[in-house]
Parts: sequence; structure tokens; C-alpha cells
Amino acid sequence: MKKNIPAFLLGLLLLGAWQCIAMGIGAAYILPSPLQILSKLWQLREILLFVHLPATMGVTFLGLLISVVLGLFLAVIMDISPKIENALYPFIVASQTIPTTAIAPLFVLWFGYSIWSKVLVTILITFFPIVITVYDGLKATKREMEELLMTYGATKKDIFIKLKLPTALPPFFSAIKMAIPLSIIGAAIAEWLGAQSGLGYFSKRMMTQLDGAGVFAPIVLLSMVAMISVAIVSMIEKKCITWRKEI
Amino acid sequence: MLEFQNVSFQYPQDSRPMMENLSFSVEDGAFISIIGASGCGKSTIFRLINGLEKPQKGAIFVNGRPIEQIKQYSAFMPQKDLLFPWRTIEKNICLPMELQNISKQEQKKRCQQVLEEVGLSAYAKKYPKDLSGGMKQRISFARTILAGAEMLLLDEPFSALDFLTRVDMQEWLLKQWEHFHKTILFITHDVEEAVFLSKSIFVIQQKPFCDMQSIQVPLAYPRKREDLKKKEIVDLKEQLIQKLRQQEAKAI
Repeated sequence: MKKNIPAFLLGLLLLGAWQCIAMGIGAAYILPSPLQILSKLWQLREILLFVHLPATMGVTFLGLLISVVLGLFLAVIMDISPKIENALYPFIVASQTIPTTAIAPLFVLWFGYSIWSKVLVTILITFFPIVITVYDGLKATKREMEELLMTYGATKKDIFIKLKLPTALPPFFSAIKMAIPLSIIGAAIAEWLGAQSGLGYFSKRMMTQLDGAGVFAPIVLLSMVAMISVAIVSMIEKKCITWRKEI
Repeated sequence: MLEFQNVSFQYPQDSRPMMENLSFSVEDGAFISIIGASGCGKSTIFRLINGLEKPQKGAIFVNGRPIEQIKQYSAFMPQKDLLFPWRTIEKNICLPMELQNISKQEQKKRCQQVLEEVGLSAYAKKYPKDLSGGMKQRISFARTILAGAEMLLLDEPFSALDFLTRVDMQEWLLKQWEHFHKTILFITHDVEEAVFLSKSIFVIQQKPFCDMQSIQVPLAYPRKREDLKKKEIVDLKEQLIQKLRQQEAKAI
């Protein structure tokens, strides 16, 4: 608890500064104050929480789930076969050079305004850190531990299950903690670029109405969801992995 | 009985072989230490025995059969304990048995037995982080024992321990050897450790080496630390140190 005090104080200081600057400018459509944003959040709570948040969370959850499955699959097959690694790795890196904002409208053309165009954008943003982090985790296995298992007569499958998977578990949790905010960002970007509901869509709609606080309110909500989700994953990680520093 | 017959081996990245036409044998139930300067090939002998490396020439036999045709003939204990931090002590010890598909019930029984032998029954449900360096090495030894092999390959297992723990562990190891009746091959840099523990000491004197000088230790078992003060033992230690120095000088 004590270690959080500096962060809490810094947050208060920044919010105070923001409040002062916003009040100085005095134009909420340019820079709304934190109090105006909170007030807007409260005012719009029903539509944000019960209409747009579930839509964004649907995209986020599906995008994250598919990214995790795809990321783990790619990481595992690259670890199993260097040939597959050589073939896939450049394409995985290349996938991150695609400007999402440029390609997202194309997804809308392909899939229409259905959930899948947004899920695809989310996957494109999210799967990369999962593949790379888990793959590095699998490769980080200590050679001497692997050899020890070999001297006990372990097969490749045994080494994978008994050594590589547990070794890759801490990086996997790190990947998930990175992927959650990214998947929320992905979903919001996708909704900005073409959607009929969702917090990203709502934020964009408020933009057209020059409602600064209305633009910020969904963003604050998204940040809160991301922080709570990461905190939950961190708690699970703490319970599951008591040996992170021992590796 | 372990037998090396004209074994030659060279690592691909090395410019010269590690050993050439090496032949030696080890009787069942022996306690042999292998000493030599760093990088002379002591650990390579273990890597060849446990099949992590293949000889380019010659063959290795255990009880008259080539090692390629047999399983679980040797168990390796490395310098670091290499306990898996995500497994409890019990689960760490059971690892070799898990890989041999031994029933859970049997695993538990043998694990309890060996934990009692090494005096760490109370730690079965603990994790490696809860143990001291000496305890971890005992657990590592217990895991090696439960690999079910008759020959144990111990690669400088006590080198990372502090002096007092090392001395305790040496005495403890001798008791375990007398209790389990296994053949032990023991790599060490420490001449006193080699003399205190071994029936015979194999000295690697050059690189590449084609034989190892075998020196009998003139001490009966059970041994006491005071035995190391006997004149013939002090002389033997001196003689061994001289041999190692000569080898270092040649290497430079």
C-alpha cells in the first residue's frame, strides 16, 4: 500500500494541473476538465455501461481470445521447428508494419459492420506481443535443465510439457498483461473507423458534436476496464507463479 | 562394469580432439574421482557416458553391452542442483520416475523412503526456494538415486557450497554410497575432496588424452577426516597437486 502513495500523489498532482489548465483555457470542446469528464461519465452512465461497453468488450474478448490461441499456436510451432520459425517469423514481424488505421476500412469492406471487422483489427494489434513473448519464454529454457531431463530419458514431448511450458508461464502472463490494454485499444480504434456501437464509436460521435467531455468519458471508462483487468491477471499470476525470481 | 574402448571425441567447434583412443574401466560399486585442469575433458566423459555426446570412434559399454542398446544405466547429478522451482521437493524427486511411467503409488513410496534416507522428510511439500544450498544438493542427490541407475555421475556437486557445508556433504555422501551400494564417478577440482571420498582417483594429464592415470587411495572405509592428516595421504595430495600443476603449465 505504502509503495502506491507516490503514484497516487503524482496522479493527484497531474489531475490538479489538468483541472487548472482546462479552467484557464475555458473551452471544454478543446480541453475538458477532469471534473467535467467525470460529470459527463455520470450523466451518460447508462448508455455507456449497458449499450456501448458490452459492445466493445465483446470485440475485445473475442479479439483477445483468438489472439491468445493464435499467438500460443504460432509460438509453439516456431519453437518445435526452426524451419517453421524461419518461414513465419518475418511475416509475423511484417504484420506489425501494416498501418492499422489504413487497413481497418478494408476490413469493413470485407466483413461489413459485423463484429468480425473489428475483431480482426484487434487481433492484428494484439497477437504480436503474445507470439514474441511466449516464443522467447519457450526459448529461454535452461539448456542444462533440458539436458538433465534427456539423461533421465525424456522425450521431446516430455521436455516440452515438464520444462518448457512452466518456464514460459511467467512470460505468458506478461504477454496477457500487455495484450489486454492492446486489445482494448484495438477494439476502440476499430470502432472509431467503422462501427454502429461501442465506446470507440461513441467517442467519435461525441467528436462530431464537439463535446470534449463526451469524447473523454468513454476513454476513461476503457482505461478503468483495462486497469482492473490487468490487476486481476496480476493477482492470478501472483497466486499461480510464486517462483518467477527462481528461474 | 563401465568400459571405454578406444573412444575418440572432438567438439565440432574445437580445433583438436578432447580425447583420443581413450580406454578405461570402472568396477561395479567403485567410488572413482576424476581430476584434471579446467577444460581438460572431465565433464565430456560424463556427457559421453550419459549419451549427450556420441564418440566419433570407439564404444562405451556397460556390463558388456553398448550404451546405445540400454536405458537408465546412469544417472547424472550436475554442479547446480537444477531443481525445478515450480515443483515441490516431492515432485522434483519424482521427476525421473514420472518419465519412466512408474505408478504414482510407487513414486510416493520410493520418494518417502529416499527423503527419510537423506533426512529431509519434513520438506516434501516445500519448494526449492525454502531450502539451503546443502539441502538442495541432498534433494538433487535423492533425485539422482531415484533415477534407478546403478551408476551415478556426480559433476562437482559440492563446488558451489561453503566450506563447512561441503565437508558435511562429503561425509554424508560417503554414508549414502555405503548405504545404496552404487557405483559413483565423481568429478572434482578439489584434490582433498577426491582423496577423502574415492577408492581410486583418475588423473587427466594432457589434452587430448588417451589414458587416465589411476591412483589408489590407501585408506579403508569408513573414513574419518583425521585420516587426511596421515603422512601417506598428505604425500598423495602433494603428488596430485604436482601433477595438476604440471598439466596447467603444459596448457599455458
